[in-house]
Amino acid sequence: MNNFDLDAGWRLHPQVAVRPERFGALLYHFGTRRLSFVKTPTLLRVVEGLADARSARTACVEAGVDVAQMPSYAKALQTLAASQMIAPKEAA
Amino acid sequence: MTAVLPLVDEFALGLDAPICLTWELTYACNLSCVHCLSSSGRRDPRELSTDECKAVIDELERMQVFYVNIGGGEPTVRPDFWELVDYATEHHVGVKFSTNGIKITSSVAERLAASDYVDVQISLDGATAEVNDAVRGVGSFATAIRAMENLHAAGMKNFKISVVCTRQNIGQLDEFKAIADKYGAQLRLTRLRPSGRGADTWDELHPLPAQQRQLYDWLVAHGEGVLTGDSFFHLAAFGSALPGLNLCGAGRVVCLIDPVGDVYACPFAIHDNFLAGNVRSEGGFQGVWQTSSLFASLREPQTGGACSSCSAFDACRGGCMAAKFFTGLPLDGPDPECVKGYGESALDSVEAGSQPKPSLDHSHTGKRTQLTLISAPSRPDRACDENPLAGLSL
Repeated sequence: MNNFDLDAGWRLHPQVAVRPERFGALLYHFGTRRLSFVKTPTLLRVVEGLADARSARTACVEAGVDVAQMPSYAKALQTLAASQMIAPKEAA
Repeated sequence: MTAVLPLVDEFALGLDAPICLTWELTYACNLSCVHCLSSSGRRDPRELSTDECKAVIDELERMQVFYVNIGGGEPTVRPDFWELVDYATEHHVGVKFSTNGIKITSSVAERLAASDYVDVQISLDGATAEVNDAVRGVGSFATAIRAMENLHAAGMKNFKISVVCTRQNIGQLDEFKAIADKYGAQLRLTRLRPSGRGADTWDELHPLPAQQRQLYDWLVAHGEGVLTGDSFFHLAAFGSALPGLNLCGAGRVVCLIDPVGDVYACPFAIHDNFLAGNVRSEGGFQGVWQTSSLFASLREPQTGGACSSCSAFDACRGGCMAAKFFTGLPLDGPDPECVKGYGESALDSVEAGSQPKPSLDHSHTGKRTQLTLISAPSRPDRACDENPLAGLSL
């Protein structure tokens, strides 16, 4: 059901702005006019680390996500990808 | 670091900046809707100047308020309206504006369709001219339809048709949906509140108990395809919660800036009791948002009062603060439209004429839309009842 490619390179969509919050962050996509919430500070670190990481999995590891948590982070990233908040690097 | 709370609880305690806000640019309006929540009609001579509006936008950009819901009055009658829209989007503040459609000509529609950063919401309170014009004024249905035709012809996708649900139009929900589908628009239903001129007409316009059930069932059946701005969370007490998070964001994650720069807790609460400050004060909007004692009190844990022992309290949280206030009910008691019926009995004990009056009235004098269909006039739909939590992918 979750087919998010953790081993691909991802990045924030260029039209997305990030507002850090205590709980994580608000994301706003100026193109789709949609708002999303990043619900944990760790997920925010993952999202912020995507651009410089070789893969989403690397970004997760660098943000402190352990192996047991990886599926739930993949699911969260899948949700962000579905709403175009993040995009594959090659599609840039 | 302290533990992160569930998101709804985080929001209830307030954020350093609103998630979004409603900004009414002018009290001027070509219509005189009988339920106008801001009692609009005539421009106020103290309205913010172009430069003052731009200064507010600068602040919103700094605070990372990503979008504003612009309303009025009829915001497009401000001569600097498009200048302000452009300024906002250039400064990373997205705009969604509510309009009755009066200025949405073909060329304006083309311009709107070309921009990703602007969204439009056309107000329509009846699926037929008969029902709509009874509350919004003669000719207003035709104006709205013409605007929709122009937007559709220009290729504008997914603009919004915003309907205030009333006793007279609850039976037209399928017809509203058909209109939205016809023009490639998205339907948005919001709650009638007894604010502004709506205080005078609420008794005649608000949905009857059986209609509330009808509305709830219709919303459940249509799911996330129909927007509600989360404004019906009082209906959650019927059963399962409606899509979105059920939370009153007033003064916590949303607020209203009115045309003269006054900052209120929410668009439905234009009354001195809910006035937090003015953007013209020294600290600007940010100062009001972050240091107002009113907002500080709203961000404290709230008690359910008489409602806390009700089995539905976790679902409806006591309903809408503004609806209670303007019908004369205590803020820690039931909503006037409480689906358990507690609101009706509470209303019976409110002394006639004791309800708080709106603090401002910019109505056209001697010119009010007459409710010919059933009775009274209605209020237009104001923007940041678009609860920021609506339609979220969490």
